[in-house]
Amino acid sequence: MTEVKANMAGNVWKIVVEKGDTVEADQDIVILESMKMEIPIAAEEAGTVIEFKVAEGDFVNEGDTIAIIE
Amino acid sequence: MSYMEELKKRVEEIEQGGHEKYHKKNEEKGKLFARKRLELLFDDDMDIEDAFFANCMDGSLPADGVVTGIGKVNGQDVCVMANDSTVKAGSWGKRTVEKILRIQETAMSLEIPMIYLVDSAGARITDQIEMFPGRRGAGRIFHNQIKLSGRVPQVCLLFGPSAAGGAYIPAFCDIVVMVDGNASMYLGSPRMAEKVIGEKVSLEEMGGANMHCSVSGVGDVLVKSEPEAIEYARNYLTYFPQNFRQKPRTVEAKETTSFEKSIRDLIPENQNAPFNMHDLIKRIIDEDSFCEIKKKFAPELITGLARINGKSVGIITNQPRMKGGVLFPDSADKAAKFIQLCDAFNISLLFLMDVPGFMIGTKVERAGIIRHGAKMLATMSEATVPKISVIVRKAYGAGLYAMAGPAFEPDCCLALPTAQIAVMGPEAAVNAVYANKIAELPEEERPAFIKEKQDEYKDNIDIYRLASELVIDAIVDPDELRNELTKRFSIYESKNTTFTERKHGVYPV
Repeated sequence: MTEVKANMAGNVWKIVVEKGDTVEADQDIVILESMKMEIPIAAEEAGTVIEFKVAEGDFVNEGDTIAIIE
Repeated sequence: MSYMEELKKRVEEIEQGGHEKYHKKNEEKGKLFARKRLELLFDDDMDIEDAFFANCMDGSLPADGVVTGIGKVNGQDVCVMANDSTVKAGSWGKRTVEKILRIQETAMSLEIPMIYLVDSAGARITDQIEMFPGRRGAGRIFHNQIKLSGRVPQVCLLFGPSAAGGAYIPAFCDIVVMVDGNASMYLGSPRMAEKVIGEKVSLEEMGGANMHCSVSGVGDVLVKSEPEAIEYARNYLTYFPQNFRQKPRTVEAKETTSFEKSIRDLIPENQNAPFNMHDLIKRIIDEDSFCEIKKKFAPELITGLARINGKSVGIITNQPRMKGGVLFPDSADKAAKFIQLCDAFNISLLFLMDVPGFMIGTKVERAGIIRHGAKMLATMSEATVPKISVIVRKAYGAGLYAMAGPAFEPDCCLALPTAQIAVMGPEAAVNAVYANKIAELPEEERPAFIKEKQDEYKDNIDIYRLASELVIDAIVDPDELRNELTKRFSIYESKNTTFTERKHGVYPV
């Protein structure tokens, strides 16, 4: 089980996969919006997305967990 | 025993290093014998070795646990010191330290690179009075390193532990290559941490190779094996001259790798959408010439050595794919050291800008982003090597300054047609200027008003307007960028300037 974490502070702009989806390593999970930029956050390892800890529009701080992959 | 028999016997014993069981132990961890490492490092054998017989009257400490000498790497002489971890875990006694000092002093007088192959448990406590506090004690190793810094390249290959004071050897080198799983650096071991401050932590977590190459930034390059570390060092040195008086060697020019997509197709029109800056780098440098430094640390900024038309160039560029390419305290630190490295050894600098600015918010202010950013500006400003900045897309705020904007005396500031220079981006600017006005408007009128103001703003910062005002020196077709850089770096080669006259600046560290 690995946690996908925000690498910088920002707002969750788009969640691009769904709960239950299988994802590859380096595949984008969510896109944050910060400093007026789109910040893609990718899975570090391949697996299944079992839970999202955020919803679109939420503020996340650096290091906050975004999703859990198994 | 005859004289010759005695010599032969002693040489054979010393060449074998420590006890067989320690060789076995190292082998199990994928660690090579110190002399084997040197064989891999040099083109041929080591040419000369001094103090081979150090501490030979003891009998149990061959070469006193360190091999020092000179050999050729890529045809050029380099000085080496290699800890032998089969001899008392590579610990430092009086003669170990003296040997290290002497080879450093040789590197200084011959003005040739100094390579440290580190695998040592640190000081031999039993010898402390002889090796720790005095004029020729271990402190002098660091004093020598600091003196050598910028004079000759200093490379550290870390194969095992580098503990306590020993951890400063890597810290004073230009670059530290660490072998994953075996290499570590720490001031106090996990055992000591538990005893003294009550912290329970693993060695890997506290001072492992992966941690140092991705979190602390004390390590620069993470490799899987010792041969890989040695190969990295051999390749790295091809970009450098022997010392600060010389220019790097020019090698045979290669074409770039050819790709279906050109630079024009690569850069998204939307300034806020990410793309991979590595794809652009590959299209302007000689094929397979990128030697990346600190790949895993602060990846929102890429630093690496490359060749353009056979000549060494240091590339500093924002990576829009990571953290939007925003500058953070760590990215500013990373840039500052890399710029100093290139400037010290006459390697031209290329800045590729796509930067929304420095990060804002409580976290980075508390981390001192202002002084870290200032450090980057100071080193970039002081660099007197040929310096070209290219605005690829956005260059907002102090990001323009830190990435060698026009005010910092680059030899030229080029722009691609996609370039946009401003104090801040259109969205942020319209918010800042018209926040009250927007709030007063009925909600349905807001989007149109914002769009109108953003368009006005974009016209105001139009790249041709900036070219017309001589802010930038040229607008370049992206697919002609390599040619433009080749010509300009070649012309700027005779650059000869001094930054300013003084003892030294007071650096914003």
